[in-house]
Amino acid sequence: MNTSESAGRIAAARARVAALDLSRANPADPQGFVDDSARFLFERLRREDPVHLSHSPVPGIDTYWSVTRYRDIMHVDTKHDVFSSENGITLMDFPPGDDQQLKMFIAMDPPKHDEQRKAVSPIVAPANLKNWHELIRERTCAVLDSLPRNETFDWVDKVSIELTTYMLATLFDFPLEDRRLLTHWSDISTANKLTNPDAPEPEVRMAELRKMLGYFTRLWNERVNAAPRSDLVSMLAHGAATRNMGPLEYMGNLVLLIVGGNDTTRNSMTGGLLALHDNPNEMQKLRANPALVESMVSEIIRWQTPLAYMRRTVMSDTELGGKQLKKGDKLAMWYLSGNRDESAIPEPDRFIIDRPNPRQHLSFGFGIHRCVGNRLAELQLKILWEEILRRFDSIEVVGEPVRVCSSFVRGFSKLPVRLH
Amino acid sequence: MPRVTFVAFDGTPHIVEADCGTSLMRAATDGRVPGIDGDCGGNCACATCHVYVDPAWSERVGVRTGTEREMLNLVPDFQDNSRLACQITLDDSLNGMVVAVPESQH
Repeated sequence: MNTSESAGRIAAARARVAALDLSRANPADPQGFVDDSARFLFERLRREDPVHLSHSPVPGIDTYWSVTRYRDIMHVDTKHDVFSSENGITLMDFPPGDDQQLKMFIAMDPPKHDEQRKAVSPIVAPANLKNWHELIRERTCAVLDSLPRNETFDWVDKVSIELTTYMLATLFDFPLEDRRLLTHWSDISTANKLTNPDAPEPEVRMAELRKMLGYFTRLWNERVNAAPRSDLVSMLAHGAATRNMGPLEYMGNLVLLIVGGNDTTRNSMTGGLLALHDNPNEMQKLRANPALVESMVSEIIRWQTPLAYMRRTVMSDTELGGKQLKKGDKLAMWYLSGNRDESAIPEPDRFIIDRPNPRQHLSFGFGIHRCVGNRLAELQLKILWEEILRRFDSIEVVGEPVRVCSSFVRGFSKLPVRLH
Repeated sequence: MPRVTFVAFDGTPHIVEADCGTSLMRAATDGRVPGIDGDCGGNCACATCHVYVDPAWSERVGVRTGTEREMLNLVPDFQDNSRLACQITLDDSLNGMVVAVPESQH
């Protein structure tokens, strides 16, 4: 990779952001995620206007507050009575092709949220994690052993997608031979024509999601008539709080579990590789002391922040960071920004695999909506890096990464690499 | 200085001492007790410092707050004596207390 070229691009992006009139800033503009310049805007907002009234030209997003400091994000995330999830977790008020948000438990308040979450949370209970340990390791070894040597390939497709989709298929007890459908549906659910010109038309998107519902309804019908088992479909079909869901609510919860269990870990698997490539000293540190994998996994999850924000809706007038928020206002808690807040995390712009308190990042969220699969995600990343260290002397990034056109999913669609 | 014993899921005891006024979570993380992560830094927002308080001490540790109840509602292994260690402040009356670390945090 030509580093002087990318250094030049970074300097240009920083200069562009420095010259920007902040009153016109729109952190949700996906362009800032395609060229990775959003972090420079957040740097300015944290310093100059940490709770910022932002405007988007995109219908359905319009006006929103951007919350950029760690402490303010923690405040919002833990006050779910004031900052509700009921109107959805993304800034778009309605998904393309539909006139309402899909119902899913991440976009609900208590008590319904708690009841539905509890129907599926046993999937990551200790006994299951223990069972999967060996399975994850076997698959990780198989995937890594199948990679070509001394030729360029796409790490996203061959490793990150392959491993996370295998895992997701296991959680659903979904036919393994069809597992790439899960990847497809995950990408389709977060695709939005209004913010990404390359996304499918809204009607096409909804048609694909209905196909997903059709496939999963078949699995539901099989499992609802059988004894309860420990897969997500069976848990939803038998759970007291979920067995009477309508089709759209089933669809919504599927989208939640598919995106939550797929996009996030996938992008941390890619982002970690890139971070180590960009920080060769940290790679040396890791090779000298492989026990650092555990703290590195937390640092990778902070560094990548695979979900850049979560949206909340204000339930009653309140003050935040000196600003008056009105009932009905919506806001984005920019986890990506809070994770680089120097008042909470020392030297936040450095990737340090043995930093103190590596787990205190915001990437999993805090409060009652905290990521339900965080332990599983950490386990998958830990095993991946243990097995990489055992096999490869070096993984060279040989081209620029291609970043996803979204301000919500912070990820990669391609990362060309070569193994030595 | 109050002294507290954390019993790991495999039965191994870990004894820590901390100043009065320290939270039980901070005492555990400072003493590197395995299984007590305290990801949220004591904001009652992650439930990674879940412990079972030995019933002999339940009255002295006081009652759960509303937020604590909500967070404990999400853990996989809730029991009647479940508490979040970040919501318990150590004082001399808790000297000698025994708490157990649940399976999900080992």
